Amino acid sequence: MIETTRTIPRLISTLIAALCFASCFSSCGGIQNSINPAGPNAENISRLWWLMFIVCSIVFVFVMIALLLALRKRTTEAADRVPMLEPSEESERRRRNVVISFTTITVIVLFVFLIASYSSGRSLRLNDPTKNGLSIELTGHQWWWEVRYQDVDASNIFTTANEIHIPVGVPVMFSLRGADVIHSFWVPNLAGKKDLIPGKISTIWLQADKPGVYRGQCAEYCGLQHAKMALWVVAEPQEQFNAWRQNQTQQAMAAASDTQKRGQQIFFSTTCVMCHAINGTPAGSNIGPNLTHVGSRQMIGAATLVNTRDHLAQWIRDSQTFKPGNRMPQNNLSDADLQALVEYLQSLK
Amino acid sequence: MFKRISHAAALRRNVKPAGAASLRRCVSIFLCLLCFSACKREQRQFSTPPATFKSYDVTMSDIRPGVGGLPMPVQNPADQHAFDANEGKRLYSQYNCSGCHFNGGGGIGPALMDEKWIYGDRPENIYSTIVEGRPNGMPSFRQKIPDNQVQQLVAYVRSMSGQLRKDVAPTRNDSMNARRSEQRTEQKTPQQTTAPPQ
Repeated sequence: MIETTRTIPRLISTLIAALCFASCFSSCGGIQNSINPAGPNAENISRLWWLMFIVCSIVFVFVMIALLLALRKRTTEAADRVPMLEPSEESERRRRNVVISFTTITVIVLFVFLIASYSSGRSLRLNDPTKNGLSIELTGHQWWWEVRYQDVDASNIFTTANEIHIPVGVPVMFSLRGADVIHSFWVPNLAGKKDLIPGKISTIWLQADKPGVYRGQCAEYCGLQHAKMALWVVAEPQEQFNAWRQNQTQQAMAAASDTQKRGQQIFFSTTCVMCHAINGTPAGSNIGPNLTHVGSRQMIGAATLVNTRDHLAQWIRDSQTFKPGNRMPQNNLSDADLQALVEYLQSLK
Repeated sequence: MFKRISHAAALRRNVKPAGAASLRRCVSIFLCLLCFSACKREQRQFSTPPATFKSYDVTMSDIRPGVGGLPMPVQNPADQHAFDANEGKRLYSQYNCSGCHFNGGGGIGPALMDEKWIYGDRPENIYSTIVEGRPNGMPSFRQKIPDNQVQQLVAYVRSMSGQLRKDVAPTRNDSMNARRSEQRTEQKTPQQTTAPPQ
Protein backbone atom coordinates (compact mmCIF):
# COMPACT_ATOMS: atom_id res chain seq x y z
CA MET A 1 0.00 0.00 0.00
CA ILE A 2 2.75 2.37 1.01
CA GLU A 3 4.65 1.32 -2.13
CA THR A 4 1.81 2.40 -4.47
CA THR A 5 1.10 5.71 -2.73
CA ARG A 6 4.74 6.57 -3.20
CA THR A 7 5.12 5.43 -6.79
CA ILE A 8 2.14 7.34 -8.17
CA PRO A 9 3.40 10.86 -7.27
CA ARG A 10 6.87 9.82 -8.40
CA LEU A 11 5.44 8.65 -11.71
CA ILE A 12 3.55 11.93 -12.12
CA SER A 13 6.61 14.04 -11.34
CA THR A 14 8.70 11.99 -13.79
CA LEU A 15 6.05 12.53 -16.44
CA ILE A 16 5.97 16.27 -15.81
CA ALA A 17 9.75 16.47 -16.02
CA ALA A 18 9.73 14.49 -19.27
CA LEU A 19 7.03 16.77 -20.66
CA CYS A 20 8.98 19.89 -19.73
CA PHE A 21 12.07 18.45 -21.35
CA ALA A 22 10.18 17.43 -24.48
CA SER A 23 8.57 20.87 -24.74
CA CYS A 24 12.04 22.35 -25.24
CA PHE A 25 12.11 20.60 -28.60
CA SER A 26 8.63 21.70 -29.63
CA SER A 27 10.05 24.92 -31.02
CA CYS A 28 12.61 23.14 -33.21
CA GLY A 29 11.70 23.57 -36.84
CA GLY A 30 8.88 25.98 -37.54
CA ILE A 31 8.45 29.37 -39.12
CA GLN A 32 9.68 31.59 -36.30
CA ASN A 33 12.86 29.96 -35.12
CA SER A 34 16.42 31.20 -35.18
CA ILE A 35 17.90 27.67 -35.07
CA ASN A 36 16.00 26.68 -38.19
CA PRO A 37 17.83 29.05 -40.55
CA ALA A 38 16.67 29.67 -44.10
CA GLY A 39 19.29 32.17 -45.19
CA PRO A 40 23.00 33.02 -44.85
CA ASN A 41 22.49 35.59 -42.09
CA ALA A 42 20.45 33.31 -39.89
CA GLU A 43 22.85 30.43 -40.61
CA ASN A 44 25.75 32.50 -39.29
CA ILE A 45 23.85 33.32 -36.15
CA SER A 46 22.68 29.78 -35.52
CA ARG A 47 26.20 28.40 -36.10
CA LEU A 48 27.49 30.76 -33.43
CA TRP A 49 24.62 29.76 -31.15
CA TRP A 50 25.34 26.04 -31.53
CA LEU A 51 29.06 26.57 -30.89
CA MET A 52 28.32 28.45 -27.67
CA PHE A 53 25.62 26.00 -26.64
CA ILE A 54 27.80 22.92 -27.11
CA VAL A 55 30.93 24.36 -25.47
CA CYS A 56 28.94 25.74 -22.53
CA SER A 57 27.12 22.41 -22.12
CA ILE A 58 30.43 20.54 -21.95
CA VAL A 59 31.80 23.03 -19.42
CA PHE A 60 28.63 22.75 -17.37
CA VAL A 61 28.82 18.94 -17.28
CA PHE A 62 32.52 19.08 -16.29
CA VAL A 63 31.84 21.55 -13.50
CA MET A 64 28.99 19.45 -12.17
CA ILE A 65 31.11 16.27 -12.22
CA ALA A 66 33.94 18.06 -10.45
CA LEU A 67 31.52 19.37 -7.86
CA LEU A 68 30.07 15.91 -7.20
CA LEU A 69 33.55 14.37 -6.93
CA ALA A 70 34.59 17.02 -4.45
CA LEU A 71 31.47 16.41 -2.37
CA ARG A 72 32.08 12.65 -2.36
CA LYS A 73 35.72 12.99 -1.42
CA ARG A 74 34.89 15.31 1.44
CA THR A 75 32.35 12.90 3.00
CA THR A 76 34.62 9.83 2.73
CA GLU A 77 37.65 11.65 4.03
CA ALA A 78 36.07 13.64 6.82
CA ALA A 79 35.45 10.68 9.13
CA ASP A 80 38.95 9.66 10.17
CA ARG A 81 41.34 12.30 8.84
CA VAL A 82 42.77 15.12 10.84
CA PRO A 83 42.74 18.48 8.94
CA MET A 84 46.12 19.22 7.43
CA LEU A 85 47.48 22.48 8.81
CA GLU A 86 50.74 22.63 6.89
CA PRO A 87 50.14 21.26 3.35
CA SER A 88 53.09 19.61 1.74
CA GLU A 89 55.08 21.25 -1.03
CA GLU A 90 54.02 18.47 -3.38
CA SER A 91 50.24 18.89 -2.95
CA GLU A 92 50.55 22.70 -3.17
CA ARG A 93 52.28 22.43 -6.53
CA ARG A 94 49.67 19.98 -7.79
CA ARG A 95 46.86 22.31 -6.87
CA ARG A 96 48.59 25.30 -8.42
CA ASN A 97 49.03 23.38 -11.67
CA VAL A 98 45.36 22.42 -11.74
CA VAL A 99 44.27 26.05 -11.24
CA ILE A 100 46.68 27.35 -13.87
CA SER A 101 45.64 24.78 -16.48
CA PHE A 102 41.93 25.36 -15.98
CA THR A 103 42.35 29.15 -16.08
CA THR A 104 44.27 28.76 -19.34
CA ILE A 105 41.53 26.57 -20.81
CA THR A 106 38.87 29.12 -19.78
CA VAL A 107 40.79 32.00 -21.36
CA ILE A 108 41.26 30.00 -24.57
CA VAL A 109 37.56 29.12 -24.72
CA LEU A 110 36.59 32.75 -24.16
CA PHE A 111 38.96 33.85 -26.91
CA VAL A 112 37.48 31.28 -29.27
CA PHE A 113 34.04 32.73 -28.46
CA LEU A 114 35.31 36.25 -28.99
CA ILE A 115 36.75 35.45 -32.40
CA ALA A 116 33.71 33.42 -33.46
CA SER A 117 31.34 36.17 -32.36
CA TYR A 118 33.37 38.88 -34.06
CA SER A 119 33.71 36.97 -37.32
CA SER A 120 30.01 36.11 -37.51
CA GLY A 121 29.23 39.75 -36.73
CA ARG A 122 31.51 40.76 -39.62
CA SER A 123 29.87 38.33 -42.01
CA LEU A 124 26.43 39.81 -41.23
CA ARG A 125 27.51 42.96 -43.00
CA LEU A 126 26.74 43.19 -46.68
CA ASN A 127 30.13 43.86 -48.25
CA ASP A 128 28.98 44.71 -51.73
CA PRO A 129 25.94 47.00 -51.76
CA THR A 130 25.75 46.84 -55.56
CA LYS A 131 24.98 43.14 -55.25
CA ASN A 132 21.78 44.19 -53.56
CA GLY A 133 18.79 43.14 -55.58
CA LEU A 134 15.91 44.70 -53.71
CA SER A 135 15.46 47.65 -51.41
CA ILE A 136 12.58 47.91 -48.97
CA GLU A 137 11.70 50.70 -46.58
CA LEU A 138 10.10 49.35 -43.44
CA THR A 139 8.35 51.68 -41.00
CA GLY A 140 7.15 50.49 -37.60
CA HIS A 141 3.88 51.97 -36.37
CA GLN A 142 1.93 51.21 -33.24
CA TRP A 143 1.14 48.29 -33.99
CA TRP A 144 1.71 47.37 -37.61
CA TRP A 145 4.39 47.46 -40.30
CA GLU A 146 4.39 49.75 -43.30
CA VAL A 147 6.31 48.21 -46.19
CA ARG A 148 7.45 50.36 -49.10
CA TYR A 149 9.19 48.79 -52.07
CA GLN A 150 11.76 51.17 -53.51
CA ASP A 151 12.71 51.30 -57.14
CA VAL A 152 14.69 53.57 -59.45
CA ASP A 153 11.54 53.80 -61.54
CA ALA A 154 9.07 55.83 -59.47
CA SER A 155 6.06 54.10 -61.04
CA ASN A 156 7.26 50.81 -59.53
CA ILE A 157 7.25 52.13 -55.97
CA PHE A 158 4.36 50.83 -53.93
CA THR A 159 3.28 50.55 -50.31
CA THR A 160 1.81 47.56 -48.59
CA ALA A 161 1.53 46.39 -44.99
CA ASN A 162 2.49 43.50 -42.74
CA GLU A 163 3.40 41.16 -45.60
CA ILE A 164 6.78 41.23 -47.31
CA HIS A 165 7.37 39.21 -50.45
CA ILE A 166 11.00 38.58 -51.40
CA PRO A 167 12.62 36.60 -54.19
CA VAL A 168 14.65 33.53 -53.17
CA GLY A 169 18.43 33.84 -53.32
CA VAL A 170 18.52 37.63 -53.60
CA PRO A 171 19.90 39.84 -50.83
CA VAL A 172 17.24 42.30 -49.70
CA MET A 173 18.25 45.58 -48.10
CA PHE A 174 15.87 47.02 -45.50
CA SER A 175 15.98 50.61 -44.33
CA LEU A 176 14.18 50.79 -41.01
CA ARG A 177 12.31 53.71 -39.50
CA GLY A 178 10.17 54.18 -36.42
CA ALA A 179 7.06 56.32 -36.76
CA ASP A 180 6.22 56.73 -33.07
CA VAL A 181 8.25 54.66 -30.61
CA ILE A 182 11.14 52.20 -30.88
CA HIS A 183 10.21 48.89 -32.54
CA SER A 184 12.47 46.04 -33.58
CA PHE A 185 12.41 44.02 -36.79
CA TRP A 186 13.08 40.33 -36.28
CA VAL A 187 12.52 37.44 -38.64
CA PRO A 188 14.39 34.70 -36.74
CA ASN A 189 14.61 32.27 -39.68
CA LEU A 190 16.28 34.88 -41.87
CA ALA A 191 18.30 37.35 -39.80
CA GLY A 192 18.98 38.90 -36.45
CA LYS A 193 17.18 41.82 -34.84
CA LYS A 194 17.46 45.46 -35.70
CA ASP A 195 15.71 48.33 -33.96
CA LEU A 196 13.48 50.85 -35.73
CA ILE A 197 14.23 54.15 -34.05
CA PRO A 198 12.22 57.34 -34.62
CA GLY A 199 14.29 60.01 -36.32
CA LYS A 200 16.99 57.60 -37.44
CA ILE A 201 17.34 55.28 -40.42
CA SER A 202 19.06 51.98 -39.75
CA THR A 203 19.68 49.20 -42.24
CA ILE A 204 19.70 45.42 -42.21
CA TRP A 205 19.87 42.92 -45.03
CA LEU A 206 18.59 39.40 -45.29
CA GLN A 207 18.34 36.67 -47.84
CA ALA A 208 16.13 33.62 -48.06
CA ASP A 209 17.66 30.54 -49.69
CA LYS A 210 14.60 28.33 -49.29
CA PRO A 211 11.14 29.33 -50.48
CA GLY A 212 8.60 29.47 -47.72
CA VAL A 213 6.68 31.66 -45.31
CA TYR A 214 8.52 33.04 -42.29
CA ARG A 215 7.03 34.90 -39.38
CA GLY A 216 8.54 38.11 -38.10
CA GLN A 217 7.77 39.77 -34.81
CA CYS A 218 8.37 43.13 -33.20
CA ALA A 219 11.14 42.44 -30.71
CA GLU A 220 11.16 45.65 -28.72
CA TYR A 221 8.31 46.34 -26.33
CA CYS A 222 6.33 49.12 -27.99
CA GLY A 223 3.06 49.42 -26.11
CA LEU A 224 -0.20 47.60 -25.55
CA GLN A 225 -0.28 45.46 -28.67
CA HIS A 226 3.43 44.77 -29.05
CA ALA A 227 2.71 41.01 -28.98
CA LYS A 228 0.31 41.30 -31.92
CA MET A 229 2.69 43.27 -34.09
CA ALA A 230 3.82 40.55 -36.43
CA LEU A 231 4.52 40.24 -40.13
CA TRP A 232 4.97 37.52 -42.73
CA VAL A 233 7.89 37.21 -45.06
CA VAL A 234 6.95 35.23 -48.15
CA ALA A 235 10.03 33.97 -49.98
CA GLU A 236 9.16 32.82 -53.48
CA PRO A 237 10.90 32.08 -56.80
CA GLN A 238 11.86 35.12 -58.85
CA GLU A 239 9.08 34.74 -61.49
CA GLN A 240 6.41 34.39 -58.85
CA PHE A 241 7.79 37.43 -57.04
CA ASN A 242 7.84 39.45 -60.26
CA ALA A 243 4.18 38.60 -60.89
CA TRP A 244 3.26 39.62 -57.35
CA ARG A 245 5.21 42.84 -57.65
CA GLN A 246 3.64 43.61 -61.03
CA ASN A 247 0.19 43.25 -59.44
CA GLN A 248 1.09 45.38 -56.42
CA THR A 249 2.22 48.31 -58.56
CA GLN A 250 -1.22 48.45 -60.19
CA GLN A 251 -3.94 50.76 -58.95
CA ALA A 252 -6.84 49.23 -57.08
CA MET A 253 -9.39 47.28 -59.07
CA ALA A 254 -12.50 49.28 -59.90
CA ALA A 255 -15.65 48.27 -58.06
CA ALA A 256 -17.47 45.95 -60.47
CA SER A 257 -20.76 44.81 -58.98
CA ASP A 258 -23.44 46.97 -57.38
CA THR A 259 -22.60 45.58 -53.94
CA GLN A 260 -18.95 46.50 -54.43
CA LYS A 261 -19.91 49.99 -55.54
CA ARG A 262 -22.06 50.37 -52.46
CA GLY A 263 -19.15 49.09 -50.36
CA GLN A 264 -16.86 51.66 -51.94
CA GLN A 265 -19.35 54.43 -51.15
CA ILE A 266 -19.45 53.28 -47.53
CA PHE A 267 -15.67 53.30 -47.45
CA PHE A 268 -15.59 56.90 -48.69
CA SER A 269 -18.40 58.20 -46.49
CA THR A 270 -17.45 56.71 -43.10
CA THR A 271 -14.45 56.60 -40.82
CA CYS A 272 -12.41 54.26 -43.12
CA VAL A 273 -11.36 57.04 -45.45
CA MET A 274 -9.85 59.12 -42.65
CA CYS A 275 -6.96 56.67 -42.16
CA HIS A 276 -6.68 54.24 -45.09
CA ALA A 277 -5.58 54.73 -48.67
CA ILE A 278 -6.74 52.88 -51.77
CA ASN A 279 -4.57 53.89 -54.72
CA GLY A 280 -6.56 54.98 -57.74
CA THR A 281 -9.41 56.34 -55.61
CA PRO A 282 -9.74 59.62 -53.67
CA ALA A 283 -8.87 57.73 -50.45
CA GLY A 284 -5.31 58.79 -49.77
CA SER A 285 -4.65 58.95 -46.06
CA ASN A 286 -1.53 57.22 -44.78
CA ILE A 287 -2.31 56.86 -41.08
CA GLY A 288 -3.33 53.20 -41.30
CA PRO A 289 -2.27 50.38 -43.63
CA ASN A 290 -2.64 50.92 -47.36
CA LEU A 291 -5.58 48.81 -48.57
CA THR A 292 -5.00 48.93 -52.33
CA HIS A 293 -4.53 45.14 -52.51
CA VAL A 294 -5.89 44.10 -49.14
CA GLY A 295 -7.81 41.18 -50.67
CA SER A 296 -4.56 39.54 -51.74
CA ARG A 297 -3.06 39.48 -48.24
CA GLN A 298 -2.99 36.35 -46.14
CA MET A 299 -3.51 38.00 -42.77
CA ILE A 300 -5.12 41.13 -41.33
CA GLY A 301 -4.41 43.20 -38.23
CA ALA A 302 -0.59 42.75 -38.40
CA ALA A 303 -0.85 38.94 -38.67
CA THR A 304 -3.52 38.76 -35.97
CA LEU A 305 -6.26 37.07 -38.02
CA VAL A 306 -6.39 35.04 -41.21
CA ASN A 307 -7.86 37.20 -43.97
CA THR A 308 -11.31 35.73 -44.48
CA ARG A 309 -14.63 37.49 -45.08
CA ASP A 310 -15.88 36.74 -41.58
CA HIS A 311 -12.70 37.87 -39.88
CA LEU A 312 -12.57 41.06 -41.90
CA ALA A 313 -16.20 41.86 -41.05
CA GLN A 314 -15.61 41.22 -37.35
CA TRP A 315 -12.42 43.22 -37.46
CA ILE A 316 -14.14 46.24 -39.04
CA ARG A 317 -17.06 46.10 -36.64
CA ASP A 318 -14.99 45.76 -33.49
CA SER A 319 -11.25 45.24 -33.85
CA GLN A 320 -10.87 46.06 -30.15
CA THR A 321 -12.03 42.55 -29.18
CA PHE A 322 -9.10 41.01 -31.08
CA LYS A 323 -6.46 43.61 -30.40
CA PRO A 324 -7.55 45.86 -27.51
CA GLY A 325 -6.09 49.33 -27.68
CA ASN A 326 -5.29 49.34 -31.38
CA ARG A 327 -5.92 52.58 -33.24
CA MET A 328 -8.89 51.40 -35.31
CA PRO A 329 -12.24 52.54 -33.85
CA GLN A 330 -15.37 50.44 -33.62
CA ASN A 331 -17.86 50.92 -36.43
CA ASN A 332 -21.61 50.77 -36.04
CA LEU A 333 -22.45 49.81 -39.60
CA SER A 334 -25.64 47.98 -40.47
CA ASP A 335 -25.20 44.33 -41.47
CA ALA A 336 -25.95 45.05 -45.13
CA ASP A 337 -23.47 47.94 -45.21
CA LEU A 338 -20.80 45.89 -43.50
CA GLN A 339 -21.23 42.99 -45.93
CA ALA A 340 -21.02 45.38 -48.89
CA LEU A 341 -17.87 46.95 -47.47
CA VAL A 342 -16.26 43.54 -46.91
CA GLU A 343 -17.27 42.46 -50.42
CA TYR A 344 -15.55 45.54 -51.82
CA LEU A 345 -12.38 45.13 -49.75
CA GLN A 346 -12.10 41.43 -50.60
CA SER A 347 -12.36 42.31 -54.28
CA LEU A 348 -9.17 44.40 -54.01
CA LYS A 349 -6.84 41.59 -55.06
CA MET B 1 26.09 60.02 5.27
CA PHE B 2 23.07 57.75 5.41
CA LYS B 3 24.17 56.35 8.71
CA ARG B 4 24.40 59.75 10.30
CA ILE B 5 20.90 60.74 9.22
CA SER B 6 19.34 57.54 10.50
CA HIS B 7 21.24 57.94 13.76
CA ALA B 8 19.96 61.49 14.15
CA ALA B 9 16.45 60.33 13.37
CA ALA B 10 16.73 57.64 16.03
CA LEU B 11 17.89 60.18 18.58
CA ARG B 12 15.04 62.52 17.73
CA ARG B 13 12.53 59.70 18.06
CA ASN B 14 13.72 59.06 21.60
CA VAL B 15 13.60 62.69 22.65
CA LYS B 16 10.27 63.72 21.15
CA PRO B 17 6.89 62.77 22.65
CA ALA B 18 5.07 59.68 21.33
CA GLY B 19 2.62 61.83 19.33
CA ALA B 20 5.31 62.87 16.87
CA ALA B 21 5.93 59.31 15.70
CA SER B 22 2.28 58.63 15.01
CA LEU B 23 1.98 61.99 13.24
CA ARG B 24 4.94 61.10 11.06
CA ARG B 25 3.35 57.74 10.30
CA CYS B 26 0.09 59.43 9.37
CA VAL B 27 1.90 61.80 7.04
CA SER B 28 3.79 58.99 5.30
CA ILE B 29 0.61 56.94 4.87
CA PHE B 30 -1.09 60.04 3.44
CA LEU B 31 1.82 60.56 1.02
CA CYS B 32 1.59 56.92 -0.10
CA LEU B 33 -2.15 57.23 -0.63
CA LEU B 34 -1.53 60.37 -2.65
CA CYS B 35 0.14 58.21 -5.31
CA PHE B 36 -3.21 56.62 -6.10
CA SER B 37 -4.83 59.97 -6.84
CA ALA B 38 -3.22 59.94 -10.30
CA CYS B 39 -4.53 56.47 -11.19
CA LYS B 40 -7.14 57.72 -13.62
CA ARG B 41 -4.82 60.07 -15.43
CA GLU B 42 -3.88 57.53 -18.07
CA GLN B 43 -7.02 55.43 -17.93
CA ARG B 44 -8.11 54.26 -21.35
CA GLN B 45 -11.25 52.70 -22.64
CA PHE B 46 -10.95 50.28 -25.54
CA SER B 47 -14.58 50.06 -26.55
CA THR B 48 -15.91 53.28 -28.02
CA PRO B 49 -18.03 54.89 -25.28
CA PRO B 50 -21.31 56.54 -26.26
CA ALA B 51 -20.99 60.26 -26.85
CA THR B 52 -21.96 62.36 -23.84
CA PHE B 53 -23.17 65.20 -26.01
CA LYS B 54 -24.62 65.50 -29.46
CA SER B 55 -24.29 68.40 -31.79
CA TYR B 56 -28.00 69.23 -31.40
CA ASP B 57 -27.37 70.01 -27.71
CA VAL B 58 -25.71 73.20 -28.80
CA THR B 59 -27.30 76.65 -28.89
CA MET B 60 -25.58 79.74 -30.16
CA SER B 61 -27.96 82.13 -28.40
CA ASP B 62 -28.56 82.98 -24.74
CA ILE B 63 -32.20 83.88 -25.43
CA ARG B 64 -34.65 81.07 -24.70
CA PRO B 65 -38.45 80.97 -24.55
CA GLY B 66 -40.26 80.04 -21.33
CA VAL B 67 -38.77 79.81 -17.87
CA GLY B 68 -35.35 78.58 -16.92
CA GLY B 69 -31.95 79.59 -18.14
CA LEU B 70 -29.49 77.74 -20.30
CA PRO B 71 -29.25 73.96 -20.01
CA MET B 72 -26.57 72.58 -17.69
CA PRO B 73 -23.14 72.93 -19.24
CA VAL B 74 -21.83 69.58 -20.48
CA GLN B 75 -18.65 67.96 -19.22
CA ASN B 76 -16.33 66.48 -21.82
CA PRO B 77 -15.02 63.19 -20.36
CA ALA B 78 -11.87 63.58 -22.44
CA ASP B 79 -11.06 66.74 -20.45
CA GLN B 80 -10.24 64.58 -17.45
CA HIS B 81 -7.66 62.20 -18.92
CA ALA B 82 -4.16 62.94 -20.07
CA PHE B 83 -4.36 59.93 -22.40
CA ASP B 84 -7.39 61.36 -24.21
CA ALA B 85 -5.87 64.82 -24.55
CA ASN B 86 -2.72 63.26 -26.01
CA GLU B 87 -4.73 61.13 -28.41
CA GLY B 88 -6.43 64.37 -29.44
CA LYS B 89 -3.03 65.85 -30.12
CA ARG B 90 -2.06 62.86 -32.29
CA LEU B 91 -5.34 63.02 -34.22
CA TYR B 92 -5.00 66.80 -34.63
CA SER B 93 -1.98 66.28 -36.84
CA GLN B 94 -2.98 62.92 -38.35
CA TYR B 95 -6.41 64.18 -39.46
CA ASN B 96 -4.63 67.23 -40.83
CA CYS B 97 -6.32 69.86 -38.62
CA SER B 98 -2.88 71.44 -38.74
CA GLY B 99 -3.33 71.81 -42.49
CA CYS B 100 -5.50 74.90 -41.84
CA HIS B 101 -5.09 75.79 -38.16
CA PHE B 102 -1.34 75.11 -38.13
CA ASN B 103 0.12 74.50 -34.70
CA GLY B 104 -2.62 76.62 -33.16
CA GLY B 105 -1.49 79.95 -34.51
CA GLY B 106 -3.95 79.80 -37.38
CA GLY B 107 -3.37 80.46 -41.05
CA ILE B 108 -6.00 79.34 -43.49
CA GLY B 109 -8.29 78.69 -40.53
CA PRO B 110 -8.58 80.76 -37.34
CA ALA B 111 -6.06 80.50 -34.50
CA LEU B 112 -6.89 78.04 -31.73
CA MET B 113 -4.35 79.09 -29.13
CA ASP B 114 -5.72 82.60 -28.53
CA GLU B 115 -8.68 83.74 -26.45
CA LYS B 116 -10.97 84.56 -29.39
CA TRP B 117 -13.79 82.18 -30.25
CA ILE B 118 -16.13 82.73 -33.19
CA TYR B 119 -18.43 79.76 -32.62
CA GLY B 120 -18.13 79.28 -28.86
CA ASP B 121 -15.48 77.97 -26.51
CA ARG B 122 -17.54 75.35 -24.61
CA PRO B 123 -16.76 71.67 -25.36
CA GLU B 124 -20.19 71.21 -26.95
CA ASN B 125 -19.55 74.24 -29.22
CA ILE B 126 -16.22 72.86 -30.44
CA TYR B 127 -17.77 69.41 -30.84
CA SER B 128 -20.45 70.98 -32.99
CA THR B 129 -17.89 72.91 -35.01
CA ILE B 130 -16.03 69.71 -35.88
CA VAL B 131 -19.11 67.59 -36.55
CA GLU B 132 -21.26 70.18 -38.35
CA GLY B 133 -18.59 72.26 -39.97
CA ARG B 134 -18.74 76.08 -40.11
CA PRO B 135 -19.17 78.58 -42.95
CA ASN B 136 -16.20 79.67 -45.04
CA GLY B 137 -14.07 76.60 -44.92
CA MET B 138 -14.47 74.37 -41.90
CA PRO B 139 -15.61 71.01 -43.31
CA SER B 140 -18.10 68.74 -41.58
CA PHE B 141 -16.59 65.57 -40.19
CA ARG B 142 -19.95 63.94 -39.43
CA GLN B 143 -19.64 60.13 -39.68
CA LYS B 144 -15.98 60.50 -40.58
CA ILE B 145 -14.64 60.80 -37.05
CA PRO B 146 -16.08 58.61 -34.27
CA ASP B 147 -17.65 60.47 -31.34
CA ASN B 148 -15.00 59.57 -28.82
CA GLN B 149 -12.24 60.79 -31.12
CA VAL B 150 -14.10 64.09 -31.63
CA GLN B 151 -14.21 64.43 -27.85
CA GLN B 152 -10.47 63.80 -27.70
CA LEU B 153 -9.94 66.45 -30.36
CA VAL B 154 -12.15 68.85 -28.41
CA ALA B 155 -10.06 68.28 -25.29
CA TYR B 156 -6.88 68.94 -27.23
CA VAL B 157 -8.23 72.08 -28.91
CA ARG B 158 -9.15 73.47 -25.50
CA SER B 159 -5.73 72.58 -24.12
CA MET B 160 -4.15 74.80 -26.77
CA SER B 161 -5.41 77.93 -25.00
CA GLY B 162 -4.75 76.51 -21.56
CA GLN B 163 -8.32 75.49 -20.71
CA LEU B 164 -7.41 72.04 -19.37
CA ARG B 165 -5.90 71.15 -16.02
CA LYS B 166 -2.10 71.14 -15.99
CA ASP B 167 -1.92 67.42 -15.24
CA VAL B 168 -4.12 66.61 -18.23
CA ALA B 169 -2.76 68.92 -20.93
CA PRO B 170 -0.11 67.36 -23.23
CA THR B 171 3.54 68.03 -22.43
CA ARG B 172 6.24 68.87 -24.94
CA ASN B 173 6.46 67.19 -28.35
CA ASP B 174 8.77 64.36 -29.26
CA SER B 175 10.02 66.45 -32.15
CA MET B 176 10.98 70.12 -32.16
CA ASN B 177 8.40 72.36 -30.51
CA ALA B 178 6.78 75.05 -32.64
CA ARG B 179 5.53 76.78 -29.51
CA ARG B 180 5.22 76.30 -25.77
CA SER B 181 3.75 72.96 -24.81
CA GLU B 182 0.04 72.91 -24.02
CA GLN B 183 0.86 72.19 -20.40
CA ARG B 184 2.87 75.38 -20.11
CA THR B 185 0.35 77.57 -21.93
CA GLU B 186 -1.25 80.01 -19.52
CA GLN B 187 -5.03 79.90 -19.31
CA LYS B 188 -6.69 82.53 -21.48
CA THR B 189 -10.12 83.96 -20.75
CA PRO B 190 -12.34 83.07 -23.72
CA GLN B 191 -13.95 85.96 -25.55
CA GLN B 192 -16.72 85.82 -28.09
CA THR B 193 -15.80 87.42 -31.37
CA THR B 194 -17.22 87.61 -34.85
CA ALA B 195 -15.77 86.01 -37.92
CA PRO B 196 -13.33 88.19 -39.82
CA PRO B 197 -14.82 89.86 -42.92
CA GLN B 198 -14.44 87.71 -46.01
